Amino acid sequence: MLSEAAIKEIEAIRAKYPTARAALLPAIYVAQREFGWLSPEAYEAVSDILGIPKAIARGVATFYAMYRHRPMGRNVVQLCTNVSCMILGAEKLVDFLKNRYSLEPGGTDPDGRFSLVIMECIGACGTAPAMLVNEDFYENLTEKYIEEILGKYK
Amino acid sequence: MEKVLLKNIDNPDSADIGEYRKAGGYRSLPKALELEPKAIIEEVKKAGLRGRGGAGFPVAMKWTFASSDPKFPKYLLCNADEGEPGTFKDRPILEKNPHLLIEGMIISGYTLKAEYGYIYLRGEYPEAKHILDKAIAQAYENGFLGEKIAGKDVRFHLAVHQGAGAYICGEETALIESLEGDRGQPRIKPPFPVNVGAFSMPTVVNNVETLSNLPYIIEIGGEAYSKIGSPDCPGPKLYCVSGHIEKPGVYELPMGTILKDIIYTHCGGIKGGGKLKAVIPGGISTPVLPPDKLDCPMDFVNMPKHGSMLGSGAVIVMDESVCLVKVCYRALKFFEHESCGKCTPCREGTGWLRSILGRIEDGSGVDGDIELLLSVSGNIMGKTFCPLGDGAASVVQNFIKHFRPEFEDHIKNAGCSLKN
Repeated sequence: MLSEAAIKEIEAIRAKYPTARAALLPAIYVAQREFGWLSPEAYEAVSDILGIPKAIARGVATFYAMYRHRPMGRNVVQLCTNVSCMILGAEKLVDFLKNRYSLEPGGTDPDGRFSLVIMECIGACGTAPAMLVNEDFYENLTEKYIEEILGKYK
Repeated sequence: MEKVLLKNIDNPDSADIGEYRKAGGYRSLPKALELEPKAIIEEVKKAGLRGRGGAGFPVAMKWTFASSDPKFPKYLLCNADEGEPGTFKDRPILEKNPHLLIEGMIISGYTLKAEYGYIYLRGEYPEAKHILDKAIAQAYENGFLGEKIAGKDVRFHLAVHQGAGAYICGEETALIESLEGDRGQPRIKPPFPVNVGAFSMPTVVNNVETLSNLPYIIEIGGEAYSKIGSPDCPGPKLYCVSGHIEKPGVYELPMGTILKDIIYTHCGGIKGGGKLKAVIPGGISTPVLPPDKLDCPMDFVNMPKHGSMLGSGAVIVMDESVCLVKVCYRALKFFEHESCGKCTPCREGTGWLRSILGRIEDGSGVDGDIELLLSVSGNIMGKTFCPLGDGAASVVQNFIKHFRPEFEDHIKNAGCSLKN
């Protein structure tokens, strides 16, 4: 079940568009925040409130890389490895996350503290290598800096 | 040159409406509302403004098509889905100067008689989402958005639509699909969005940087604006420079600044005094250039004459430590991941190109692989709905065109001789 606040939020989003269908992407974000990932219950909730078949909602959501299609750790580390980040050492940082935090690309550490997602360009090329942790940008990354950053997330 | 797009961004509170107004903001809007929409299009035409998203299409022409379509309502969409690897030029506008974009959109909306606008923002910019939401709320509170803008009989409503990590949604018809709540797969054109766009109505899709030029064009007039930079496509331009460069960042310079000057004069040259190996001038989809081909004016008209494209103005500088086969491989991994899957040549071809490049890079390339890459590329080029497939094919063709010996060495010596 969605919370009362989430239902209100989706209804407010719905009012910004001429069709209910157009509210689908933002509504999926709200449901994902409520359920932690796009669980069957999340699809059920979005489908009910917007009057869109679950199969359609799932078919649309699975096109997009940034939705959480499976349960994830408490914090999501999104590291860019595209060209500008790659030539400034992003691949070594992938190895570092593997060795230091047991984080495999696409995986979650044994404590469920972090999940690692390898990103295509996050628009921080001038301050590469870069990553997002949840919604926070971190740039000019080094191994030492990553340790410092991740220490803040429990 | 006076800063237009990055004006005031060193002020830590530049995103606030009060600071924006103190710096002269929202003064072009009332001036624009005194003009007939047709007169504004005429100014934009005189200004010679071209779309800054990559295609460089004349804005006045696009607007004329949409305006002359009798259907209502019309929609104005801002493409803030900058996902072209190497590109981070719109981010400072979105995060530091959101009211410039909003003012530009209100003026554009009035001109097009569009009463609804959406900013399609990439999911990778969560901070920009909060900043834009706040800026839009401020614009409503101050009477710049809503039912009676600046006390006149003009309505314009604006909202942010957040994407969810799909490069292809930067293509305008895919963006529209995604706005409508669908998978971001491009539509075949015609019909063009100016006639059949969002919700099947006439729609203009313009890039963040493009729309942000509007207040300045109204302020100084199209004629004066057209004197900035290249005569064929004038105006200020944001160049974003990354890679092995002393001073990476976003630079606002006159359109048509010479690529070599951007790298050596404005950005301080190659990082650590290294030796330049290659430059991708306009984002990863644009043809790579070797060091002896950098005397080119960075604009939409001149770059094709010099063997590349302006694209998004995203300059990626690579020194001699970089293996270009690996860069090419990484680029194709990107295109394979981002291909929407609609057109077979792109869906299948990008995967094959990535796979062949991967084996050349890891030392198991075989004789004939280069010809095979060119053959697969040739079978993608021009055979897809949207330019993603062409971009992927052209990356491979141009890396081989300029750096073929490096590919041959990889095959002959069973791997990469550079340690990285």
